Amino acid sequence: MTKKTKTLNLNFGPQHPAAHGVLRLILELDGEVIEKADPHIGLLHRGTEKLIENKTYMQAVPYFDRLDYVAPMNQEHAFALAIEKILKIDVPIRAQFIRVMFCEIGRILSHILNVTTQALDVGALTPSLWGFEERETLMTFYERASGSRLHANYFRAGGVHQDLPRGLEEDIAKFCQTFPKIIDDLETLLTDNRIFKQRNVDIGIVSKQDALDYSFSGVMIRGSGIAWDLRKTQPYDCYEQLEFKIPVGKNGDCYDRYLCRIEEMRESVSIIKQCLSKMTRGPIKSNDGKISPPKKKDIKQSMEALIHHFKLFTEGYRVPKDEIYTSVEAPKGEFGVYLISDGSSKPYKCKIRAPGFSHLQAMDYLIKGHMLADVPAVLGSLDIVFGEVDR
Amino acid sequence: MIDLNDLEKKINSELTTKIKKSEIKHNQLYLYIDHEDLIDVSLFIKSNENTKFRQLIDITVVDYPENNKRFKIVYLFLSHEFNQRIILSYLINEKEVIPSLTSIYPSANWMEREVFDMYGVKFKDHPDLRRILTDYGFEGYPLRKDFPLTGHTEVRYSEDQKKVINEPVKLEQNYRNFDYESPWEGTQYIKEQSFKDKSSEQSIKDNDKKN
Repeated sequence: MTKKTKTLNLNFGPQHPAAHGVLRLILELDGEVIEKADPHIGLLHRGTEKLIENKTYMQAVPYFDRLDYVAPMNQEHAFALAIEKILKIDVPIRAQFIRVMFCEIGRILSHILNVTTQALDVGALTPSLWGFEERETLMTFYERASGSRLHANYFRAGGVHQDLPRGLEEDIAKFCQTFPKIIDDLETLLTDNRIFKQRNVDIGIVSKQDALDYSFSGVMIRGSGIAWDLRKTQPYDCYEQLEFKIPVGKNGDCYDRYLCRIEEMRESVSIIKQCLSKMTRGPIKSNDGKISPPKKKDIKQSMEALIHHFKLFTEGYRVPKDEIYTSVEAPKGEFGVYLISDGSSKPYKCKIRAPGFSHLQAMDYLIKGHMLADVPAVLGSLDIVFGEVDR
Repeated sequence: MIDLNDLEKKINSELTTKIKKSEIKHNQLYLYIDHEDLIDVSLFIKSNENTKFRQLIDITVVDYPENNKRFKIVYLFLSHEFNQRIILSYLINEKEVIPSLTSIYPSANWMEREVFDMYGVKFKDHPDLRRILTDYGFEGYPLRKDFPLTGHTEVRYSEDQKKVINEPVKLEQNYRNFDYESPWEGTQYIKEQSFKDKSSEQSIKDNDKKN
């Protein structure tokens, strides 16, 4: 007589600490083995794209901070680049270095969060305590430059909002001296840790072909052995002048992705150092009065500056009719902005391409045949942040 | 990396009539096709030795409500081998059903669901065409231009019914969309208000005439 078995439906989330936000997973289990996973997303959907259509270009920037809120400036970068390309404006070299430097700080912010919470999901508490201390330091740098720890609103089309305050460069340089030691410490806790390896090695393997088929990018595609990094292949801003390596995984499992992230943090530190040494004094935003707001001093003296200021903060600048897709290598993968301008001061359409959306889509394929306990490990290594998945 | 002009020529010569128009802007190739040819064109650019656009980056829609063919469907492709991007697009009207790309690019699944959710464009042969980003039981297509920014309903917890309920949006203040191109004419909602008091305005005008 054959034994009758029944699959079990399990609701995972949306309020689950290992769901990294508001993910609801409907799992179909056969015993402890997962047969099907159906992610329900959209619980954090705020209609960012619709809101951007109703705001001027300058007012739209803060919405980008709220997408992937662990690395806000990387997203602003994509939007700023899109507008710059349409308007055909040049960014002063100092602004380029500042932007790249803060993008790399964002990358470290994101990777610390991911690596340490992934460790937390599989049972290690200490890395998150150590890592978050460093994140706090980095967010202080954000705060000193932009006035805000998280939602920076710092990048502008044509440069950045304001110059770095005195002493910040030295403090970032000091951080670059001490931080590699922290990465080493994290590695001593995790890299050769038996439990960490048992939970991650050979879990959630992505083959090269599948990485392409499922539109993976960033660490997800590099972990599978494809050396693809937009900073190298389609360089933007001053990445061409910087030297860095692209860490590539071999097996495409959760452990390789962890290793990639650790190495990327080291590369980011090196990029920040190079930025600091190459940075010279100079303007930090485009000197085009139609795009960049005038100095406070000029507003008091010059009628023209006053008019520019008034027009910029009421009407905003107009962007000629065009259509463009620009992308940056955000910490999570290819973050893109598909922008359609219609000649007015508001975007006609702004589609945001979030890397996490494609990655989460592959959840069903990644988790099929794994055990229930592997769900947090796979989810952790996908590096999901719901701000950008749901938009 | 191959030259974009070569790529454009190559695709045009191989697909001839299927490409309605092609242009190069911002270092990207823009292709315009008919929606019947979508499967053929995407199969070609994915599998051909000289193109190899093996990754579908995104699918999106642009809404032009004033046009007869209202929706412009946009596909973004990426080729790792040749380090190039293609932006493929075509126009359809509101009723048309378009072919799904899920059999060629598995990642199209959620992207098409999002398009369906946001614009109400339907896909033929899609394995699982459900709403994705909006709430369970949501009605309407939020990214269409004729959908109001505030939406139609708002959600709150009702103490009386002891459950979460949907009710029509009530706002303390209208969303103010200033028209800076003619700032002295005032905003739309003031115009609407004054339209209501037109009778009183008329009497003012009559008074002016008398004076």
